[in-house]
Amino acid sequence: MSTRLAQGGRLLNKGKQLHFSFNGKQFTGYEGDTLASALLANDQLMMGRSFKYHRPRGPVASGAEEPNALVNLGKGGNFEPNQRATTTELFNGLTCESQNHWPSLEFDVGAVNNYMTRFFPAGFYYKTFMFPRAAWKHVFEPIVRQSAGLGKAPKDRDADTYEHFYAYVDVVVMGGGVAGLQAAKAAGLSGAKVLLMEQTAHWGGRSMVDGGEVDGQPVADYVDALVAELEAMENVTLRNRMMGAGVYDHGYVLGYERVRDHAPLESGPRHRLWRIRAKQIVTATGAIERPLSFAGNDIPGVMLASAIRDYVVDYGVSVGDRTVVVTNNDDAYRTAIAIKQAGLEVPVILDARAGGGGALADEARALGIRVENGKGIAKVKGGKRVTGVAICAQAGEGAVLEEIKCDAVAMSGGWSPVVHLWSHCGGKLTWDEAQAHFRPDPSRAPTSHDGEAFVTVAGSANGYLDLALGVKDAHDAGKAAAKAAGFTATRKAAPKAAEAPEAAMEPVWLMPQGAGPELRIKAWLDYQNDVKVSDVRLAAQEGYESVEHTKRYTTLGMASDQGKLSNINGLATLAGQLNAPIPSVGTTTFRPPYTPISMGSIAGEARGDVFQPLRRTPIHAWHDEQKAFFEPVGHWRRPYCYPRTGESHGEAVKREILQTRNSVSMLDASTLGKIIVKGPDAGKFLDMLYTNMMSTLKPGRCRYGLMCNENGFLIDDGVVARIDEDTFLCHTTTGGAERIHGWMEDWLQCEWWDWKVFTANVTEQYAQIAIVGPNARKVLEKLGGDMDISKEGLTFMGWKDGKIGDFDARAYRISFSGELSYEIAVPASQGRAFWDAILEAGEEFGIMPYGTEALHVMRAEKGFIMIGDETDGTVIPQDLNMQWAISKKKEDFLGKRAQERPHMASPERWKLVGLETLDGSVIPDGAYAIAEGENANGQRNTQGRVTSTYYSPTLDRGIAMALVHHGTDRMGEVIELNKVDGSTVKAKIVDPIFFDKDGEKQNV
Amino acid sequence: MLTLQCPYCGVWAEETELHAEGEAHLKRFGPGSEDEAFEGYLFMRENPKGVHFERWRHSNGCGKFFHAARSTTTLEVFGTYSAQTLEPPQEIKDKISAKYPGWSWREFA
Amino acid sequence: MRRYSAFAIAREAARYHTGWERAWRSPEPKKKYDVIIVGAGGHGLATAYYLGKNHGITNVAIIEKGWLGGGNTGRNTTIIRSNYLQDPSAALYEKARSLYETMSQDLNYNVMFSPRGVIMLAQTQHEVRGYQRTAHANALQGVQTEFIGPERVKELVPIINIDGPRYPVLGGLWQARGGTGRHDAVAWGYARACSDMGMDIIQKCEVIGVRQESGKVKGVDTTKGPIDCDKLGLVVAGNSGDLANMAGFRLPMESVALQALVSEPIKPCMDVVVMANTVHGYMSQSDKGEMVIGGGTDGFNNYTQRGSFHHVEETVRALCETFPIVSRLKMLRQWGGIVDVTGDRSPVIGKTPLGNCFINAGWGTGGFKAIPGGGWATADLIAKGEPGPLCAEFGMERFIEGRFIDESVAAGVAH
Repeated sequence: MSTRLAQGGRLLNKGKQLHFSFNGKQFTGYEGDTLASALLANDQLMMGRSFKYHRPRGPVASGAEEPNALVNLGKGGNFEPNQRATTTELFNGLTCESQNHWPSLEFDVGAVNNYMTRFFPAGFYYKTFMFPRAAWKHVFEPIVRQSAGLGKAPKDRDADTYEHFYAYVDVVVMGGGVAGLQAAKAAGLSGAKVLLMEQTAHWGGRSMVDGGEVDGQPVADYVDALVAELEAMENVTLRNRMMGAGVYDHGYVLGYERVRDHAPLESGPRHRLWRIRAKQIVTATGAIERPLSFAGNDIPGVMLASAIRDYVVDYGVSVGDRTVVVTNNDDAYRTAIAIKQAGLEVPVILDARAGGGGALADEARALGIRVENGKGIAKVKGGKRVTGVAICAQAGEGAVLEEIKCDAVAMSGGWSPVVHLWSHCGGKLTWDEAQAHFRPDPSRAPTSHDGEAFVTVAGSANGYLDLALGVKDAHDAGKAAAKAAGFTATRKAAPKAAEAPEAAMEPVWLMPQGAGPELRIKAWLDYQNDVKVSDVRLAAQEGYESVEHTKRYTTLGMASDQGKLSNINGLATLAGQLNAPIPSVGTTTFRPPYTPISMGSIAGEARGDVFQPLRRTPIHAWHDEQKAFFEPVGHWRRPYCYPRTGESHGEAVKREILQTRNSVSMLDASTLGKIIVKGPDAGKFLDMLYTNMMSTLKPGRCRYGLMCNENGFLIDDGVVARIDEDTFLCHTTTGGAERIHGWMEDWLQCEWWDWKVFTANVTEQYAQIAIVGPNARKVLEKLGGDMDISKEGLTFMGWKDGKIGDFDARAYRISFSGELSYEIAVPASQGRAFWDAILEAGEEFGIMPYGTEALHVMRAEKGFIMIGDETDGTVIPQDLNMQWAISKKKEDFLGKRAQERPHMASPERWKLVGLETLDGSVIPDGAYAIAEGENANGQRNTQGRVTSTYYSPTLDRGIAMALVHHGTDRMGEVIELNKVDGSTVKAKIVDPIFFDKDGEKQNV
Repeated sequence: MLTLQCPYCGVWAEETELHAEGEAHLKRFGPGSEDEAFEGYLFMRENPKGVHFERWRHSNGCGKFFHAARSTTTLEVFGTYSAQTLEPPQEIKDKISAKYPGWSWREFA
Repeated sequence: MRRYSAFAIAREAARYHTGWERAWRSPEPKKKYDVIIVGAGGHGLATAYYLGKNHGITNVAIIEKGWLGGGNTGRNTTIIRSNYLQDPSAALYEKARSLYETMSQDLNYNVMFSPRGVIMLAQTQHEVRGYQRTAHANALQGVQTEFIGPERVKELVPIINIDGPRYPVLGGLWQARGGTGRHDAVAWGYARACSDMGMDIIQKCEVIGVRQESGKVKGVDTTKGPIDCDKLGLVVAGNSGDLANMAGFRLPMESVALQALVSEPIKPCMDVVVMANTVHGYMSQSDKGEMVIGGGTDGFNNYTQRGSFHHVEETVRALCETFPIVSRLKMLRQWGGIVDVTGDRSPVIGKTPLGNCFINAGWGTGGFKAIPGGGWATADLIAKGEPGPLCAEFGMERFIEGRFIDESVAAGVAH
């Protein structure tokens, strides 16, 4: 059984006991435990079920590479699936449950798949489940989906918060092992601003477990001193519980800080995503041990040798009483020694190398441990936990020499540098034949904006597995990074340490080397996704020869550990089957993040009300108080209508319109874009931007204008006022202000840069309020002031500056409703007061605000177009019969050339008309006018479409605007428009001006 | 995640401060131009694998448009320069030549 | 070709699957073919397949510089839908969607087409009107879609938040027969069928030149030597500009990065595909349980297959807001692909300035769903030398005529 040892546990605070639950059972652990170590200490070895065959799974690792020990953690709004037990720090009250089984971890119906293993090889699903056709969606897919997936889906809204953080540094060091610390120090000594991050809560990495000496002191002491030194350096920032998640172009780095996953009761954000810009990056990300591929290597109790060592040394946990060690390198002997020193048994060390190990092997033997060279495991025995191993010769086909009882197996297939962060942004790898791993190729580093390398590797991540070599390499890497970041590297020498030579490792990609199909089908490569040696060989046999094909066909390396344990073994298996050298097969692409990071941290603070910036007019608070029904328009929210108690939106809109038509009402038009265009060439410039002639506009007057893009299509419209000889004020649509301002700047800066024009977007400098209706003038007159706003004093399409009441106002006599109407701009700071003043003055006329829907209906009653309704990016002014707004005198304007192209000049284009249904009903939004017959693709022919359709309270009937083939020539004709239910509605083609055709109402 | 130095305000701008504005040094064709010339101006693009000239705007900064010479395969930036010019400065062309001898892009080389 | 079936699996299980033959041959190129297709992605392989199946042309080579299906076919978010607004698009994508329905049976390869339904959310009044318009257009185009209200959206997608403070869900365009498929399997299934018809799929063979004689293509130069052909099809999403340069013409396209990401796998929680264009994100759940997530493209020309992280942020933000539980999931992997975007964001299937050279390109962010339709239409074009009705509107000449196929009209982005 796995249990807590009386001694050991470097990271534990045994004075502090913690209580937690797993699958409803109550357990205790210590402060400093991980969830995995605490579960092991309670003899809970089995922690989950695999993805495909639902096989029992215990932890195989002790860190971020763990593929098996994933749990549903927490409850309610703090629930999180797929939490890795090996990287979850234990806290008091932690609740978790195992995943991917039904009804229980111990008895899982899904495990029936396990007995079907032979029928479910790689990619079997591509070869079956095809008949009958509907069965995939209705029968097979639901079964596949139910048995796949791992953790449960969260149910509740996230109860935690997250935040983003920016950092600009000279050197980022990823990894707080001895190499990372050393590199940070070397870089820091140069004066460079250094940020060092470590994904765990502890500094020193593997060296703290493995020991050794640096500068004449035990490495643990050296690390402690180094940390203290770094903490004292002002230019160095240390952050633990922070992982280098990704390296992106131009030195962009993501740091993922788990601020209080270990202390959920504390306040503050749960995770913090650091967006870092670094001149140089040092990846000191260490190395990960590889499993060995032998039959039964997935049975709970079979673990990486280093992991078993970690559990003993760091957490005082023994995985088993009798641990068989199997290896192809010297490092695993450290595990045997550590176990033995902890007072546990190591029945045998199986060293696959015929020549066996070096000094460490001698040390093991000296401790009385039996060592067998040239031997391996034929098969692990056991179901939910290891019960023994069958030994065989590595060179053979698996003939069993001996069976040994044990309850744990420590395996080591060699070490692979963590090259992920090096590779994210294009760093290339080289195959190290001696150590049988890929390591970064410094001559092909990722390059930055200046074309120079911006990532350096240090320590075991660089293939220097020996402590002394690693520390020296890290020192050099730190110096190099500082130099590349523009600092003078320290002259201080690297610390002294003696190499500890080991016997050469020998690659072992299959154990035994000649294992037959019955063993290969049980030799796991990817534990979580259940990919075995047999699957990779099958993929190669079937022609899925590219490493990417193999990965995708077998799902190797696609699990939540992203192949940290499986990729190299899988690759080597593939290469073996293809009879090709490993480097020629290549690796799959390393993609961020290094380990999964929370979506919450990526989203950051932006959620709910602050999901996006909210733009508010000066009058927004008033709309809010009135409980207006808002609609989003760009980043604004505009009142759609102001429903009164018991009123539907439709009723509110009707009331607002009738009030406007009959008396007076008001609109917050502040969101309309307002752009000042000023300079001696302003008129000439606007002549290019608008289809109309603007240079002839007289100061004091307004003109409605259209803007097209160079492709000829309408992009915006609005009223232009000439302020003085040099100055125009251009109104744009609400959504268009920033875009049109950018558009103007584009032409001024990049095409006509010698024209003397400046622009300024003053949209938010003014509040603009439209006062609309037959009584509009009376309301303004009541307010008083010095402005003559009489019919003659301020004529239609004129504007004026002056005082209205006490307000500094600019009044435009323009109308989008056909009513007598003034749009009055006041400084934004006076907007709300002005609004209130109008409300008060208008009280006797029953003044009320109206929203965007009433605005839309009233403009449609008048046949005014709306950008976004009558236009959709494919409509030109000619389609809308707006030739009157296209100057014939101008040689050029934006869009003019485009409109000369054959398809745009064609008389066959659909033209704007009005539609009146014969039965008075409202045509559905988006309806098409149907025509006879079908086109060559069997689609019903059409002859037009509705662009705007409303119930008109003024006329008490449905009205619509539409684009219709030859529409203007077909007045009075009846056409049919489709409904989605297949029926149609008949409508007569009419003039699009439905109300007050002669414009008498606005001209009073 | 690019960084480009705005040649106007001098800031090394984050990509989030910038807005990409498409191919640089397009010659505008207006009324009276040939159909093909106009099509070329509006739609046909170099889209090279390698050295490219493009427009950017420091939209969340000083608001200026500018030009950049950049590799579309390595994302190396050879330089940024004024929008008020019809061709890349010699110094930037030299820099590109040093790295990619014999390069060409439209009429520039 | 030995057929795949449950029976075949059982038979092979008895002998440890040693009897499975190669899904496709790995031949050396011949000196000459009737047709060379450059690009063994979905569209290229489908083009070759329909050349054989519909037109009896089987002396075909499909040349691929990397590994087949390794471009955008193998890195998209696998959404299949045909709820397009404009007639030409609706015809093409609906053809594709209908071919997807029978693809597993046609190819004897389970491509896992899952018609689970696609919703495009309407979150502004403008989108409501836009999607109502699409629903009306679809009704006349023979595409089954429906505009549904927020309650029905909630019923179909229980994890959605329809009452967000900023962009409440006002409804959605629902295509019940849209869904997803297994992207790799589409390429592999076509490849197996092409190989079975005697076509040569030549992987790790890069085209380095297009040989011409008096305005016509004679063949291509490749890293495996020159290969002649009577007709050439360029079907190389993400590399179209490069190939066009070799052939000596320009395209109305630019290549930009499009990114996607997946979460860790979880048990089924969403049975349909949801696209939220106002906030820029879309999501479905794969059969493995991962939430498959995508958003918009980067803004600048890029061939690195790496995108900018702020787009990922924007997309994830949108999805956390739309589906609050997403916040408690973890991003497992993000990646990028290079898409060719045309001037009107619709694809090009048509002739080129070289008489016997044809192109299928410019699918932007939406090529996967079109694979069988695009292949069908391109095969027809290559076989007959003239576009058929499916691609008649998609020729490059539309840019000179000012006759665009603009789908952005229907609110939002195309995927």
